[in-house]
Amino acid sequence: MQRENWGSRVGFILAAVGSAIGLGNIWRFPYMAYDNGGGAFLIPYFFALVTAGIPILILEFSMGHKMKGGAPLTMAKLNRKWEWLGWWQVLISFIITVYYVVVVSWAINYIGFSTTLAWGNETINFFTGDYLGLTGGPFEFGGLQPTILITTISAWIINFIVIYSGVKSGIERANKIFIPVLIVILMIILLRGITLPGAAEGLNMLFQPDFSKIADGKVWVAAYGQIFFSLSIAFAIMITYSSYLPKKSDIVNNAFITGFINCGFSVLAGIAIFSILGFMMGQSGGELPAKLSGVFLAFATIPEAINQLPAFQKTIGVLFFISLTFAGLSSFISLNEAAIAGITEKLYKPRKKVAAWYTLFAMIISLIFTTGSGLYILDIVDHFVNSFGVAMSGLVEVILIGWFFKIKILKDHFQPISDFKVGIWWDIAIKIITPAALGITAIMNFANEFNKPYGGYDKTALILFGWCVVVGIIILGIYISTKKWKNVHIFDYYENDDNGEEV
Amino acid sequence: MTTGAVLMMIFGLLLTWGGAAVCIFIALKKRGL
Repeated sequence: MQRENWGSRVGFILAAVGSAIGLGNIWRFPYMAYDNGGGAFLIPYFFALVTAGIPILILEFSMGHKMKGGAPLTMAKLNRKWEWLGWWQVLISFIITVYYVVVVSWAINYIGFSTTLAWGNETINFFTGDYLGLTGGPFEFGGLQPTILITTISAWIINFIVIYSGVKSGIERANKIFIPVLIVILMIILLRGITLPGAAEGLNMLFQPDFSKIADGKVWVAAYGQIFFSLSIAFAIMITYSSYLPKKSDIVNNAFITGFINCGFSVLAGIAIFSILGFMMGQSGGELPAKLSGVFLAFATIPEAINQLPAFQKTIGVLFFISLTFAGLSSFISLNEAAIAGITEKLYKPRKKVAAWYTLFAMIISLIFTTGSGLYILDIVDHFVNSFGVAMSGLVEVILIGWFFKIKILKDHFQPISDFKVGIWWDIAIKIITPAALGITAIMNFANEFNKPYGGYDKTALILFGWCVVVGIIILGIYISTKKWKNVHIFDYYENDDNGEEV
Repeated sequence: MTTGAVLMMIFGLLLTWGGAAVCIFIALKKRGL
């Protein structure tokens, strides 16, 4: 089977940026900065970008590009005993995708709600009660919510069409629309935000530096965590996307561009969100809104802010939720592509056929998150998969490749084809800084979890939707890796077999 | 806005979008996008 390639370098960059820019850039970064020293947070944040984010992007881009495979095949080509790590990452992507789609579906619904400001004055009650039909706990399912169900299925159909259309005609084309539109919309919201009365107060909250916080280790862990989770690394995505690059493609500069644009988008989103929060504070006599991050920021606080806008309420509402939808969709598609590429290569079946069966299966699994207890289950799965799935698989990846593989092989591969070369700092980042940062993050995550079980949920729910999921996907990853590759010649070549055109 | 907040905002924007602009410039000069 002929492996597809990106049609242009900008297409690859936009797809990588589209994967990296997700809901977290809009609803996680601004609060992380505000809560960890304001403007001073930017210092550890950029340090983490240069010493961990970009080095791992370079690592994953070069692995995928050299080995020409999705994460499982790439890992297996590096070392046949490491295939399970690729499957672990693919399964992490799969688990994320089945709940992420539901958040995208909420954003799609809220585009419609914005046209009538359907949430009224009680935005939290509208979101949890009228819309989600939230039950009393994770085991009170409460039935499927028809409105959410319809948009969830719609999001799956969009995803299927994009992936079915292929890398160049589907993923690349979609991201060439999503990302420029997303940035333009964000700029419109930002301009509206900073021209609102009280915006300066909000921006002071976000950027006023508290340099004493830089001495706090937790701020550094938060900065590394934010960089790590926001760049789509250790999700199998960047390995898969870079495997579609033609032979003489740049690696290093593409990683820098992707990292900088992702973080630049986060800073812009922070300005937009906090100028609006500052306006809200002005309207309520200086009182800070209760929900400053996560789903409640997007689906309760922002609608509340929209209610208070002096003009263009519906337009800003529609634009905000379109931006959330596009940011979500581009990441959602990349998560699915990572999984579909892995399965296609293992089974040696036509990509379109795999995409169809995968979509059907994943869509059925995602229905659980459209029930009345969907938000609880989503919250638990998201917490565990991020804290103990993504962080741990990233740690294992940098340890295995940094210490048990000659990374000089990868460096010798990407240095001659890149726009500029990297120095010894890349080796130090991969071998020492990233394992140390991720190791500390992992220890802190475990310590926090055992000191205080997450979110006040009962133990059964945490074990079933949390621990069972994170342990289950490791076991399943190991099991799949014991099965034979259907195409016995898949390990015969390591180098690109494309036409070698520069992209 | 306070001077500190303004400076940090400019710092954040310059480092990210400035960094991206420099890298895109290099890319255009070397082989294009």
